[in-house]
Parts: sequence; structure tokens; C-alpha cells
Amino acid sequence: MDTTPIINNFKSEEYQINMGPQHPATHGVLRLLLTIDGEIIKKVEPDLGYIHRSIEKMCERDSYQQIVHLTDRMDYLSSHINNEAVCLTVENALELEIPERVKVIRTIIAELTRIASHTLWWGVMGMDVGALTTYFYGFRDREMINDIFEETCGARLTMNYNIPGGLMFDIHPNFVKRTKEFIAHFKTKLPEYDLLLSNNIIFRKRMEGIGILTKEDAISFGASGPVGRASGYSCDVRKHHSYSAYDKVKFNEVLKTEGDTYARYQVRVLEMWESLSIIEQLIDNIPEGDFFAKTNAVIKLPEGEFYQKVETARGELGVYIVSTGTKNPYRMKFRSPGFSNLSLLNHIAVGGKIGDLVATMATLDLVIPDIDR
Amino acid sequence: MGLTKDYNTKIMTNEALQNLISLWIPELEFTEEKSQFLNITVQPEQLIPLMTQLKSNSETNFDYLFCLSGVDWGKELGVVYHLESTTHRHQLVVKVKTEDRENPTFDTVCKIWYTAEFHEREVFDFFGIQFTNHPNLKRLFMTEEWDGFPLRKDYVDEINMIIK
Repeated sequence: MDTTPIINNFKSEEYQINMGPQHPATHGVLRLLLTIDGEIIKKVEPDLGYIHRSIEKMCERDSYQQIVHLTDRMDYLSSHINNEAVCLTVENALELEIPERVKVIRTIIAELTRIASHTLWWGVMGMDVGALTTYFYGFRDREMINDIFEETCGARLTMNYNIPGGLMFDIHPNFVKRTKEFIAHFKTKLPEYDLLLSNNIIFRKRMEGIGILTKEDAISFGASGPVGRASGYSCDVRKHHSYSAYDKVKFNEVLKTEGDTYARYQVRVLEMWESLSIIEQLIDNIPEGDFFAKTNAVIKLPEGEFYQKVETARGELGVYIVSTGTKNPYRMKFRSPGFSNLSLLNHIAVGGKIGDLVATMATLDLVIPDIDR
Repeated sequence: MGLTKDYNTKIMTNEALQNLISLWIPELEFTEEKSQFLNITVQPEQLIPLMTQLKSNSETNFDYLFCLSGVDWGKELGVVYHLESTTHRHQLVVKVKTEDRENPTFDTVCKIWYTAEFHEREVFDFFGIQFTNHPNLKRLFMTEEWDGFPLRKDYVDEINMIIK
């Protein structure tokens, strides 16, 4: 009988593969260069720039009214909030007094935008981990919000509703009615989200305990939005640097301490309840008055530096303007939430499996134009 | 749900910050003019000692670098660091400038704040500013073979740019 011992000829070896730029889980044209050993991830290196349009350079050429339109095209799911960020920066620089009506309407639409963004995220998040039904649930509810936007703003996605000084036009007569209809509808649908996915044992087994981000790392990597808050890091700009009508409403900053993929998932779902509560508090109390404050046809910012941060659906968006007193900014910088959130992907994905990477990336909620700008 | 939190934690005033920082490094340039923050301009060699101290000192505790931007001031190139403390909630802007446009170089702060790694790559990509000791300094958005640094004021691209 042959007693030669079995020699293991299979040696462990690292190799590189591409994920993207056309991979469905990267939600856009992001290419990840993965270094893997078997199915264990050793390194994730994002390759950016596939849709870089150099918006910052274009801003140096454009007037402040024109810049607002460019910001839609960064994080297109938070387009209203991006517009608001630029408008607030310009208004603060000009020390313009903004009517209360504008502030309240901006806040309501911003929260509707947040819900629309989170429902879309929830849909594709489910799809990423293999549950196709969520996609249709998410899009069904988002459709109602898009219809409200279409009626009032004239567009469904890139709304351009804000202008420096106020709003492009007044709200549609149906706005209040349809928003209330949506709230009533969504309050019955949101518990279904929990039934379908949040408490689903297969889903939870895939989500819990992977992609863990500690609070210290979250701060150091500049994480913001639900990604930061899932690690117990209180970073809600609406609370810490209140703007528009957020100081007039009561809402909780949703915080979780686990820092894993499931915590990030939970934060977003719970945030939708908070957004509903904010809209409910404001929708019957829209003050009468003008929907814009008069500005000059050509806006010239005083010489100096201006910074404004807002909370988009993805986290903290910062707008930094260096002005030399002309009608164009001298330098304009957008600190986008997705950019910083992507930078921590390597840190939390290393050591996990490729399947975990997909789930982790889904809860970072990346929008590539926001990263590439 | 949400933990109860006090959102009005005590903020160190700009004056107190200025007094404290002056003790560490004398003769720094402070200004609050034309900006909502307290601005400090430092020499390139003072950058790392100051930043390390700003982060590690328990009174300042600037643990959050929320924005890092490159700026071309015409004659000078530089980097602007926007800092915030997540415990004390005060904010500060640190600027570092150089007149060397051929070979502008600063030290990296990505050991102090991890987020700087990506942000510094972006600044390198658009302004050509080198960061010494950076672990992976290469272009981030543009292709490797791209010629020039597009966000510099003297950058010219006759094909892709509309010049007024």
C-alpha cells in the first residue's frame, strides 16, 4: 500500500481583481481594485475620476446664480440640499435677511429629499444583498415624493428650486395637501420596511458584525451622516450648526453605537421617521409672506472667505468660497460627504469577504458624482 | 432611539484659543478679518508641530478635519485646513503657504487625521502640491499622464477650457 503523505499543492496567493467600473454594486462608475487572497480582502483601492467634471473649476467661471445649478449634479439624490448649501453661503456672505416662509419651505423639501434618497437607498441596498422586492417598495414610495417635486419645482430629480435669496417660485397650491397624503401613506409603509428586511433573519445574518467602524476612526476619517452616527459619533449638522428652520422643530439625532453595517442600516431607517416628524411639525405652519428676498441681478460677494455646512442625505456637505469681491468666486471647494465616507472603505473592508464588501458598500450609500464632482 | 445630548457644549472663544496657541508657538499670524473663523497662517516647518499639538491637547482637541482645500492665491500656493473639535465644538482654520510654484512641498497631516490621505491626493492632483511622507501620493481624479494642474490660476488648456 502506498503510504505517501498527501502534499498540499495549493498555496495561498494574493492576486488583484477589478470591481467595477460597471459593477452593479458600485452604483455608478467607481472602480475598486481589490487585492484578495481567496475570498478574503487584503486591500481595497478606489480608482476615481470616471465622471469627474471639475465642477470647482467651472464655478470659477460662473456667476453665483449659475453655480447653484451645477451643484444638482454632484449628489443628485440630495439636489435640493446641495442647492441650499450654496444659497446659504451666498446669503450669509451678503448678510441677506431671508423670509421665514423660505426657511420653512426649504426645510420641508429638504426632508422630503432625505426621505426620497433613503427610500431609494433602502431599495437598492436590499437588491445588493439579493432581495429584489425592496427595490419596488422603495421606488413606489419615492415616486410620490417625486410627483410632489414635479408639481412644485418643475423637475423630479435636479430641482433647482433654490436661488440665492429664496425660492424660484412659490409652492404649488396642491403642495400641502399632497405632502400630507404622502405622510399618511408612508406611515403605513415604513413599518413594512421593518417587516420585510430589518427583522429578516437572513438579512441580519449578512449585516451584523461586519464592516465595523469605531467612533475614533469615524471622526479621524471625517465620516459624517448616517455612517458617522452608526458609530456613536454625534455629527448631525442640523443639530450642531443649525440652519434654515431646524432650530424651530423637535427631532432626535439617531445614534447607534455598534458601528457595523446593520447599525448604519438602522440609522437610515430610523431617520426617515425623524424626517416625517419634522415635516409634520412644519407643514401646517408655513408662514405667509414673500418667497424670496430681493438681490441684485449681478451678485458680487464681499471680499473674504465663507464656509457653510449642511446635512445632506449622505452627511456633511461643506461649501467653501474664497471671494475677491467680483461676480465669480475666486476659489470654490465642495467638501462632499461621499468622498470622506469612501476613504474609510479600505479600513473597514479589509479582512472581510467579497460578499461583505458589497453589503458594506451598500450602507456607505455612495453616490459617485458626489465623490468625483 | 437617540441618546439625549446637550448640543450647547461650552465653546472656547477665539480669544482664548489664540492665547493658548501663542504659548506653544510664538509669533504666529492670527486674523479674524473677512472670515467667520479664527485663521492662523503658519510656516511650512511649523505645520506638523502645531497640528499635532492642536489634536492632542485636551483643551483644544481638534479631532475633526472637516475640510482640506488647496488654494492658488496667484503668487502663492497653499493649503487651508478647516478644523473642528467634536467635544468642544470650536472651529479653527490653519493656512500654510509657499511662494515656490515649481516645487511646492508641505508635510502630510494624514498621520494625524486619516481623512487627509484622500484630500491631499486631491490637492496634489489639482494644484501639484507635494506632501512629504504621504503613503500613496498619486493623481486621484485625473489620469496619470495628464499634463499640468488644472485648478492653478495659470493653467491653460485651449481645447477643453472656455476662456473669456
